[in-house]
Amino acid sequence: MKCKKCGEKAVIKLRAHNISLCAPHFQEFFERRVSEAIKKYSLLSPHDKVLVAVSGGKDSLNTWFLLKKLGYKADALHIDLGIDEYSKKSREKTEKFAHKIKGNLKIVELKEEVGFTLPHLAKREGRKVCATCGLIKRYVMNWKALSGSYSAIATGHNLDDETAVLLSNLLNWKMGYLGRQSPLLPSWHHKLAKKIKPLCEVTERESAAYAILNQINYISEDCPFSRGATTIFLKSILNQIEEKSPGTKIRFYREFQQKARSLFEEEKMSLSKCPTCGLPTTHPPCAFCRLKSRLLQKEGKSK
Amino acid sequence: MKVEIGGRVITLKGNKRVREVLKELDLNPETVLVIREDELLTDDVQLYESDEIKIVNVISGG
Repeated sequence: MKCKKCGEKAVIKLRAHNISLCAPHFQEFFERRVSEAIKKYSLLSPHDKVLVAVSGGKDSLNTWFLLKKLGYKADALHIDLGIDEYSKKSREKTEKFAHKIKGNLKIVELKEEVGFTLPHLAKREGRKVCATCGLIKRYVMNWKALSGSYSAIATGHNLDDETAVLLSNLLNWKMGYLGRQSPLLPSWHHKLAKKIKPLCEVTERESAAYAILNQINYISEDCPFSRGATTIFLKSILNQIEEKSPGTKIRFYREFQQKARSLFEEEKMSLSKCPTCGLPTTHPPCAFCRLKSRLLQKEGKSK
Repeated sequence: MKVEIGGRVITLKGNKRVREVLKELDLNPETVLVIREDELLTDDVQLYESDEIKIVNVISGG
């Protein structure tokens, strides 16, 4: 198979775009898609200072790598969740990558900064911890963005992540979530950094290929707590549809953004100051401080 | 040919194209990348019994 641009040997076929590309032209294609998404959705201005949330996986490392390559001021934050070998490996990959690209990486150890690890939390809470882990990560990212004067937090969510969540939100008619499912969550309070998803229009397969071609050594194992996650099942369903009808995922996502998302937008709720940490929240004390307090109470009872 | 997938190695008999290998292993081409000697392969590439390939699952749990 030949590259559609230059006739050299192709390394990837992109059925959604009906093209095959060689390595240099695929990289150019990928970078242009990300750059266009940044412009189209007004994700960043040249003055923004970005904190990229990096897990050590392909998507977040690609995000950091590309934002720097595109000329943005981008540092990174890695949260060490304390999940035994998985966290050790994730941190090691992230640190090696930071060294390789001469990037400024900040590490937050959950145990040090918050007082518990994720396995500890799972044991205490006794239920699936993915939603709680998301809450903790969002809180820590915002907190560190504020203390470092970053105007934006970038995450590595790709098209497969976004369409899986979109499908789930539609299947369950999560109106509020649908209204907020945008590649840009603007800052609506001076203590909330804006959140952006620059990879929202590239697929997970394209992201993996880009990482491999750029010799980005990422962690390929999934978090042990995500085993059996609904997201993986939804991604599999969407990719079965994509196989039969190439281009479905990008149409589903783009047309939702263009035609439907605004229909679900709700009035912004008023924010108050959390009496414990001082950060803005809709229901004080904030969900993070409530979680911490609940854990401390449980600790007390178990002693 | 030797196929490394998900941390294990399996052996397939005969010469076949990448797309035939994926079909035999019941893998959706949208969810994997196939690598031989550090090179990404498109689905029309002919593979031989002596080849060693790696199939990378690209879908993560989020």
